[in-house]
Amino acid sequence: MDQYYLNLIAIGGSFALYIGIAVWARAGSTDEFYAAGRGIHPVTNGMATAADWMSAASFISMAGLIAFNGYSASAYLMGWTGGYVLLALCLAPYLRKFGSFTVPEFIGDRYYSRTARLVAVLCLIVASLTYVIGQMTGVGVAFSRFLQVENDTGLFIGAGVVFFYAVLGGMKGVTYTQVAQYVVLVFAYTVPAIFISLQLTGNPIPGLGLFSEFEATGEPLLTTLNKTLADLGFASYTEQDSDPSAIINMTLFTLTLMIGTAGLPHVIIRFFTVPKVSDARLSAGWALVFIAIVYLTAPAVGAMARMNIMSTIWPGGTGENAQAIELDALPPWFENWGTTGLLGWEDKNGDGRLQYFDSDGDTLPPVAVASGSDENELTNFNRDILVLANAEIARLPSWVIALVAAGGMAAALSTAAGLLMAISSAVSHDLIKRSINPNISDKAELMWARGSMAAAIAVATWLGLNPPGFAAQTVALAFGIAAATIFPVLIMGVFTHRVNNKGAVAGMVSGLVFTVVYIFLHKGWFFVPDTNQFADTIEGALFGIQSTAIGCVGAAINFIVAFVVSAQTEDTPQEIRDMVENVRVPRAA
Amino acid sequence: MNDTPRRPSDAPGYWKANVRTILGCLAIWALVSFGFSILLRPALAGIEFGGTDLGFWFAQQGSIITFLILIFFYAWRMNKLDRQYGVEED
Repeated sequence: MDQYYLNLIAIGGSFALYIGIAVWARAGSTDEFYAAGRGIHPVTNGMATAADWMSAASFISMAGLIAFNGYSASAYLMGWTGGYVLLALCLAPYLRKFGSFTVPEFIGDRYYSRTARLVAVLCLIVASLTYVIGQMTGVGVAFSRFLQVENDTGLFIGAGVVFFYAVLGGMKGVTYTQVAQYVVLVFAYTVPAIFISLQLTGNPIPGLGLFSEFEATGEPLLTTLNKTLADLGFASYTEQDSDPSAIINMTLFTLTLMIGTAGLPHVIIRFFTVPKVSDARLSAGWALVFIAIVYLTAPAVGAMARMNIMSTIWPGGTGENAQAIELDALPPWFENWGTTGLLGWEDKNGDGRLQYFDSDGDTLPPVAVASGSDENELTNFNRDILVLANAEIARLPSWVIALVAAGGMAAALSTAAGLLMAISSAVSHDLIKRSINPNISDKAELMWARGSMAAAIAVATWLGLNPPGFAAQTVALAFGIAAATIFPVLIMGVFTHRVNNKGAVAGMVSGLVFTVVYIFLHKGWFFVPDTNQFADTIEGALFGIQSTAIGCVGAAINFIVAFVVSAQTEDTPQEIRDMVENVRVPRAA
Repeated sequence: MNDTPRRPSDAPGYWKANVRTILGCLAIWALVSFGFSILLRPALAGIEFGGTDLGFWFAQQGSIITFLILIFFYAWRMNKLDRQYGVEED
């Protein structure tokens, strides 16, 4: 069957499933809309959390980052999973016991402060909106590549489907669609990887294949990859940059991603949906099981794709007299992706062959000299196409390509819905119910909740159609803010009585201002190009710390300021101390 | 439920035991990720693993597997502590 119709069936079928679930899982009360009635089984919630968490970036970009950065991209693997240890041990059980609907609600009540609540709402909205734009544009890109519709049309269709199940079902609808989306996503990610691992190493489990023998050479895959890269003048795949500042930056970046993960509201609120405190602890473990299935596969996808690209371009190996592939013999995926502008090549020496090597070094690699080329001819390789093109690169059957299309869409939509849920509940519950009109009835609040969801989707769609400059800065901005503002006040809220309202507000504001100003100093004020005072590199950065790794420093400032201010001001009231004591034990008071 | 009175609960003792467990788990959490995978990787360089060294495996897979074990251990251990200190849910 034609590839186009296979893609249409895969994407259309998965969308029909999501809509079916929406009709079945409607929300009738605020309890159902905000927390799915607190009746979700911990394994079910774990699966929904995995889909909620794994975004278009995890699905599409991460393997590409690993393929082209090798070892140093491990920061993403560890950072985006290590946060779950913090969630399970230090946050999820206590916040579940507290029983709030939103993250700002806990902050506002624990610090008995409207200002704290509003600062938390502000941080939540900035972090979540930054994050959601990437998901919306991801849906548009996936539609245009796989179904040949306009980017904008694709975005409207995606937003329409989210509208249907999120407005109707709230957290309840979102939970069950996320479970379905997880299943689509995990098959789409692992099936091509299993095929490729079998082709290269004969091992059906990609995560193990990564450390197995490469069948073509009989040596371990990573040894062969390192040798090939060395022959072509590229940096080693597995080696660590021994420069101390590189090591420090990788450590801080990993830490920022970890505490940012634990502080992102759309992940935390998922743990409000389970029945018990013990379920919240267990559910974080299940979430990580389902995430790990993808995250243990991702490094294999990265290394194997890099290997496949090298052996496509240098079919005879990279020994001294090797010849690069003839342009006429290039596989069809070159043409397919070349037309999208994400892949580019140019026969600079006019020999009818495509030489790909690193020509930025001091000396040319011998294989380049032997093949009569002094310039790299693969001029553009966008690393984001790697996962989407992977099935084509490995010449897999066309139904696998259709599956990848549906999977990319599922990853983007599930995360978008979770983020919109966090935004809309903060607006209807924290702004309207808890700040403006506390006497509002449950029925009226449910109306507001649906209305805020519809408005949030409209804003996200508009931002997806007109992506602002900060859309690409999700990792710096969203993780930086979550790490420097939300994570520290939640930890202090549970683990100490001493921090009071003034301490929390001062801590959050100083963490926020420090982190955002530091990011602006390196990435430009409000991300306007060329308004940055420092280069966004390790060497050029103020304090020698890259802006993406600064969130953990902002968190440290938040902790210090909160303790100092609390020590200088009045003690926390007795009822708040009792509240903290109560949050710490699972049994109801 | 029934007429037997609830066992007395020891909330402060429970919290101390909980914090000790958390600190122990986080020490391992930091050791495998920041330690073996980044700062101590040169020290592990001699240990070969699947075409590279053990530190690379910890950075790309070993940490994640350790995180999983830590969370399930914590969930199991806390269920035990909940009962031991009489603070479990009904």
